[in-house]
Amino acid sequence: MFRQAKWDEPLIFELSRPGRVGYTLPKPIEDIKVDIPEKLRRKSKLELPELSEPEIVKHYTRLSEMNYGVDSGIYPLGSCTMKYNPKINEEIATHPKVAYIHPYQDERTVQGALAIMWELEQWLKEITGMDRFTLQPAAGANGEFTGVMIIRAYHLDNGEPQRNEMLVPDSAHGTNPASAAMAGFKVIEIPSNENGTIDLEALENAVSERTAGLMLTNPNTLGIFEDEIVEIAKIIHKAGGLLYYDGANLNGILGKIRPGDMGFDIVHLNLHKTFSTPHGGGGPGAGPVGVKEFLKDYLPVPLVSYDEKSGRYYLDYNVPKSIGKVKELYGNFAVLVRALTYLKIMGRDGLREVSEIAVLNANYLTQKLKGTRGYSLPGKELRKHEVVFSAEPMKKETGVKALDVAKRLLDFGMHAPTIYFPLIVHEALMIEPTETVSKEELDAYVEALKRISEEAYTNPEIVKSAPHNTAVKRVDDVLAAKKPIVTWRMYKELKEKGEVDY
Amino acid sequence: MGKHYIPNSAHKEEMLKEIGFSSIEELFADVPEGFIREFNVPEGKSEYEVFMEMNEILSKNKTVLEMPTFLGAGTYFHYVPAHVKYLIERSEFLTSYTPYQAEISQGMLQALFEYQSLIAELVGLPVVNSSMYDWGSALGEAALMTVRLHRGKRLKFVVPKHTHPERMQVLKTYTRGANLEIVEVKWNDRGQVDLEDLKEKVNDAAGVYVEIPNFFGLLEENIQEIGEIAHEAGAYFVVGVDPTILGVVEAPGELGADIVVGEASYFGSPMNFGGPRAGIFATRNDPKFIRQMPGRIIGMTKDAEGKRAFVMTLQTREQHIRRAKATSNICSNEALVAVAAAIHIASLGPKGMQELGEVILKNTAYLKKRLSEVAEIPFDGVNFKDVLVKFEKPYQEIHEHLLQKNIHGGYYVKPHFPELGESALFAATETTRKEWIDALIDALREVL
Repeated sequence: MFRQAKWDEPLIFELSRPGRVGYTLPKPIEDIKVDIPEKLRRKSKLELPELSEPEIVKHYTRLSEMNYGVDSGIYPLGSCTMKYNPKINEEIATHPKVAYIHPYQDERTVQGALAIMWELEQWLKEITGMDRFTLQPAAGANGEFTGVMIIRAYHLDNGEPQRNEMLVPDSAHGTNPASAAMAGFKVIEIPSNENGTIDLEALENAVSERTAGLMLTNPNTLGIFEDEIVEIAKIIHKAGGLLYYDGANLNGILGKIRPGDMGFDIVHLNLHKTFSTPHGGGGPGAGPVGVKEFLKDYLPVPLVSYDEKSGRYYLDYNVPKSIGKVKELYGNFAVLVRALTYLKIMGRDGLREVSEIAVLNANYLTQKLKGTRGYSLPGKELRKHEVVFSAEPMKKETGVKALDVAKRLLDFGMHAPTIYFPLIVHEALMIEPTETVSKEELDAYVEALKRISEEAYTNPEIVKSAPHNTAVKRVDDVLAAKKPIVTWRMYKELKEKGEVDY
Repeated sequence: MGKHYIPNSAHKEEMLKEIGFSSIEELFADVPEGFIREFNVPEGKSEYEVFMEMNEILSKNKTVLEMPTFLGAGTYFHYVPAHVKYLIERSEFLTSYTPYQAEISQGMLQALFEYQSLIAELVGLPVVNSSMYDWGSALGEAALMTVRLHRGKRLKFVVPKHTHPERMQVLKTYTRGANLEIVEVKWNDRGQVDLEDLKEKVNDAAGVYVEIPNFFGLLEENIQEIGEIAHEAGAYFVVGVDPTILGVVEAPGELGADIVVGEASYFGSPMNFGGPRAGIFATRNDPKFIRQMPGRIIGMTKDAEGKRAFVMTLQTREQHIRRAKATSNICSNEALVAVAAAIHIASLGPKGMQELGEVILKNTAYLKKRLSEVAEIPFDGVNFKDVLVKFEKPYQEIHEHLLQKNIHGGYYVKPHFPELGESALFAATETTRKEWIDALIDALREVL
């Protein structure tokens, strides 16, 4: 039986004891007196905690014990590709030759770093069928923003400022419409058909001389391959729009199918999903963006290029129509190092194995769970890397919601799926096992979901009041939003007024 | 290769059979014909081979540990205490994702709440999100937030011309979609914001921005006045800050800032060739401001038994709920970098923060004093980390000479600001050693 560590760990501020220090600084070179202008000198109290190093280490070790990661067990969060993060990646990425180089160093002194970026780009080009990549974006959404800004610049450059509509399927990740809106586009939603794929007729009706492009992920967020992709690409291109590939779901086709061959003009990838770099509790990630030849002059600066004559890699600022920068410097370099390490180990054979087993695992789970009372399976049965079940029947029949199912899964030491997404499926449970889980883990997950179904129909209270075995019981998120306390400072103020009892 | 990461490679036939499929190909039957292809990338390799290969590539880098380096300009060599790295490499933190399931993610949630809290103490504003990508993107988001606060009725954002060029470029890309006009204010003969020019340009601005210290490494003396000019014109005041200065310089929140942005990764992370980083984003405790804030926010609440607990909160601002109407498109942020920063800040404590600021001020002053023996320092004032130095010779020549002596000189600023001539920014931090500076000055004497 799973029991998560349950430390009653105070806030680090509450552990503070005056006079303790956690780190000793070097002395200054010379004791020069520097006068900060009186009006700028710090006079307000600096209320930071005072702890020794061993106390700090214990505090954060205990916190880590109350956290669940990929290394703790199955983590089938749909569309997040929570695969195993190989330890060799960490070994290489924390190398002093990675850590202690400055981004403005003379290129001759960072040839290793530039070679890594250049080589990573060559891999990504071949994997996606694109012609040039920027490694600058910090995450998927930052990559999407880069992509839609390129689309914007392209149309303006072609004298078509009226192309201000971005088409986005109703099953799309929330970042797609958000990124398009940030770039100044009007977002037009395209409905899905009963198969769970894009409704071609609706797409035909939506395109016009105002169409800037379509943002699409394939396989889509239901885990279904958009098998009419050739027609979709034709419709968009004929209308003068560009086709954008959201790489969140690349794991389902990795090493087998290339977005570039399917007609996509721009691609963003999530190195923290498909290429095994750790998610770090929400980041850092990396969201490289690749484009076809005709769009490469719009990429952010600098690119990394190789000069054959001198045999040297260099930062290339010669990008005539560049959209500028979407992030400082060159991207999340330490993440790029991890991804290249992974790619070299996997190779052609390994990458293909990734998608084949990821798809096998998702379909295995689909078939094993299908037919279980309370869960329905909307859309086509054949999935790629992920599957979306609906707990709608269970909710109607027992009052147990997708949220309750998710919370109950935690009790078995398993992470919940993504829930309530995609929005087109009611009570959605979006499960992406990835290729790095074993058959036994899949069987246990299916068993847990079946047991929860049984509980829902016989003893729903145990599900509704879940979780029971985690560090804390069900968390009150309504209270959190009603009475926002987001820092120690806010907490202290309310505590002094007697407005909180926790 | 890489099958050692893929357990079910050993069970394909068995699993396929169990679910009624005859082959892997059948699982891809929905892919139109002709799309499945052989990729032209190398075959996989063993972990050992890749370990050697990556080490060989990396050996072509020369680190600041091997070559005294005076580069700063927004990226600095700070020493990160060893325990910080060990703690963030704990795999329960490292391999988790966004804490969507609060009950099983209390560790990360509390660590991020503490990050927000520590930043709030430093910057003097009580509402902090759990990180943006970096300072530059945080600035872009701040500018967009000032527009939202004006309900889109003001479309001008005023910044010093001497805003860090990287940040300026990110700001421009971020705000282009909103048709925001970025207006630049001149610097005066002391390398600081020209208040008269600001007053002329502030009308109808959504926001006014200033940096502590500025691009030249100088402490702007008129921060409060700039804030007052902004507020009088009905603009919001955005301050960008290098947080390592905040043990000695007043919190921007106390100086009138409505929004504070900055770089958190100066704490807890090595330079890593410029990334990952983590952007600070803080604002006032006012529902009007909080509602318009970008990014993830961790809040304190209680669980079903009344026990204190943490959870992602105020999510109705975010893309996964609000979609096209979200305050930002950000999803993945820089959580682990933020936690590293928090551990580093907590390790310094109030005394360490003050000492850090003082050591950097003194080391910078020493560097400046020595540089003034051999070259011109165009702007007087208090410098923190960066010092602008003007040479009579082309800087490239000087740089080459230093490099031959195994010293890396400063950051050449002429490409960004031609009016400053053959100038470069030389930087010191708490890690700078006396013998490095002495060697630098000796080498400069040889070439100047």
